[in-house]
Amino acid sequence: MALSGLQIFKLLAKTNCKECGFPTCMAFAMQLAAGKAELDQCPYVTDEAKAALGEASAPPVRKVTVGAGDMAVTVGEETVLYRHEKRFEHMPGLGVLITDEMDDATVDSLLLQLKQTEFNYVGQNLRPRVAAIKAADAGKLAALVAKADEKAGAAIIIMHDDAAALKAAAEPIKDKKPLLYAATEANFDAVAAVAKELDVPFAIKADSLEALAELGQKALDGDFKEVVLDPASSSLGDVLLDQTLIRRAAIKKTFRALGFPTIGFPCNMTDDKMLEAVYASVFVAKYAGFVILSDLDPARVLPLLYLSQNIYTDPQRPMQMDQGVYPINDPGPDSPILVTTNFSLTYFTVSSEVEASKVPAWLCIMDVEGQSVLTAWAAGKFVADAIAPFLKKSGIEEKAPHKKIIIPGYVAQISGELDEELGDGWEVQVGVREAADIPKFLRQWSTN
Amino acid sequence: MSFEPPVETCKGTIREVTLGTDKKVGGETTFPFHLWEGEMPNSPMIAMEVYDEPQPEWPEAVRKVYEDVMSDPVAWAKKCQDELGADAICLQLRSIDPNGSDASPESAAETVKKVAEAINIPLIVYGTGTPDKDAEVLKKVVEAMPDANIPIGPVEESNHRLIGAAAMGYKKPVVGFTSMDVNLAKQLNVLLTQLGVPEDKIIIDPTTGALGYGLEYCYSIMERDRLAALMQNDGKMQMPILSNLAPETWKAKESRVSEEVEPTYGNVETRGILWEAITATTLLLAGTDILVMRHPDAVKLVRAAIEGLQTQSKEKVAS
Repeated sequence: MALSGLQIFKLLAKTNCKECGFPTCMAFAMQLAAGKAELDQCPYVTDEAKAALGEASAPPVRKVTVGAGDMAVTVGEETVLYRHEKRFEHMPGLGVLITDEMDDATVDSLLLQLKQTEFNYVGQNLRPRVAAIKAADAGKLAALVAKADEKAGAAIIIMHDDAAALKAAAEPIKDKKPLLYAATEANFDAVAAVAKELDVPFAIKADSLEALAELGQKALDGDFKEVVLDPASSSLGDVLLDQTLIRRAAIKKTFRALGFPTIGFPCNMTDDKMLEAVYASVFVAKYAGFVILSDLDPARVLPLLYLSQNIYTDPQRPMQMDQGVYPINDPGPDSPILVTTNFSLTYFTVSSEVEASKVPAWLCIMDVEGQSVLTAWAAGKFVADAIAPFLKKSGIEEKAPHKKIIIPGYVAQISGELDEELGDGWEVQVGVREAADIPKFLRQWSTN
Repeated sequence: MSFEPPVETCKGTIREVTLGTDKKVGGETTFPFHLWEGEMPNSPMIAMEVYDEPQPEWPEAVRKVYEDVMSDPVAWAKKCQDELGADAICLQLRSIDPNGSDASPESAAETVKKVAEAINIPLIVYGTGTPDKDAEVLKKVVEAMPDANIPIGPVEESNHRLIGAAAMGYKKPVVGFTSMDVNLAKQLNVLLTQLGVPEDKIIIDPTTGALGYGLEYCYSIMERDRLAALMQNDGKMQMPILSNLAPETWKAKESRVSEEVEPTYGNVETRGILWEAITATTLLLAGTDILVMRHPDAVKLVRAAIEGLQTQSKEKVAS
């Protein structure tokens, strides 16, 4: 939580030397509190003040990065409990548990899947990004970690109770910032020492939130900033309880000892693979930073990646489709041409109905800054003198020379004007108002 | 600094609405499944869909489950009740669609009556979202079933007077439908109550978007509905929420497209079932009280999720 001007004033030299550019230390403090001045502007600031102010301006949920380069997974930096209040910042790192109980072929195939699985959704590449490696034997652990790093290049979580085993496995890849899992009441000092020495993040794990907060406080006392919390929730209800209370404590109470991202292991909660995916969806919706699955079956990973994207998309910036002509059901020169706006929901609804109709069609998506048809029309963006030039430049003429354009039923009133703007050879037809009526409309449509 | 669980209590309570003879939904005094700080006296209800005409376009995964009953809504409803463990039936009157079979209000009412008489779990009757036709049909439905406690919907602003009046006359609950907007949902509730519909006879359908198709919009709308109801104690928002999710999730490309066409997507049946189950689970976390669902395996998964969510170590917050 930010400090007030008065709290900051108490940390300053109180000499009113004016060297910062403000008439008094109090005025400077007020500007600092408002975020309109930098502490460095004061030449006499003490280390103590710097630490206190830096601490106060840290995000309520600390940022943690595991992995490096393209495969780095950054989580944390969250500031709200509800996504509509601002937005959720960093999608959880979805990953897979790999253990020494698996045979080589399974390990290799999981690592290959981890490297290759990628889905494109509304212009974003979504992928699982994390390998959580577990082995009882320290030698096997180090070997598996090295293999995972080499073959998948993923962000790596190293799982062992013994600090020496963690160190041996982590040291060769310490620049890749693996996450050490986990420090508990029993081994905190040893694991924390390895994390400090290798400069890598580590997880803390405890059965109760009180005990977890005590470990979190120890981490803060040791000046650790990159820590991940595992509340070891034993039921789905406890997942909701733990994740909610941790996030609430961090955001609403600025409770620093729990002001870190979390990790969850739906892979350990059930043997039913389908149920595991449903459990994982609760972790994704409810604040988890890392979510570890038992395998990477694409049919179960795909919905979880979509869910991460949905929950973490910025509600203040509507998802938009790129402007352009989208072919659906393999259209040809005689296929109907529909035009609508690039609001993602509009696109999804229209395209899925066109797809369901099984009628090949061209869908012209016009950039109106992600507004729906009626909103864009009211804002003067989805109107005749904007749509006509878009269509002419879109290249649809070459693809479907019949030049008969179907506009959404809700903007029937612009059809005459659009006809005029488009000029000779074009024909504007008024389509349906509701997307659900598109299949019937298209089935009855013909170029004549 | 020792940890004190930041428990929050709410000012408002969601109203209980009764379906059928004695099944209740709503009644929450806290956010969804926050059992450590409030009550959720009724488990969320899973209403399984029945259609009044065959659905040949459905994906294989769901078509094969209902193939034997597709042309018999009574058998379909009994299958959902007796074999698939439905809490309720949502009868989707697809036959009345003016752009489809355009069946008469009388024939739709007849179907409703037959289904209602064949089952002993609550029945919800849903039109197609064509305001004029829905009003005409739902009026006939309530007249044909004067004594049964059957919620009817979707009621929209444009037909709320017609359907609301019919529902009031026969003491039926209504499901008010608005298009992904908190204020519109509230406004419709105001209109319905001004008309005289009792507040404990209103259910909110705030529009459902499937996973990947606008789920995040309805997730946040529902969260905001619940914040208004529980934290601001807004009496016009304290109604149970219904999500008509099955038609949306099974329309999504990702739950239909075969592995042959999209080799990287994995098994289509697994995908379709999870598309429905994960959409439903996410909506539960946002505040849904009645889930309208289709695939029996998705229903089982969501039931397991509900049981899981209800399993909590309350000593974690004991002070």
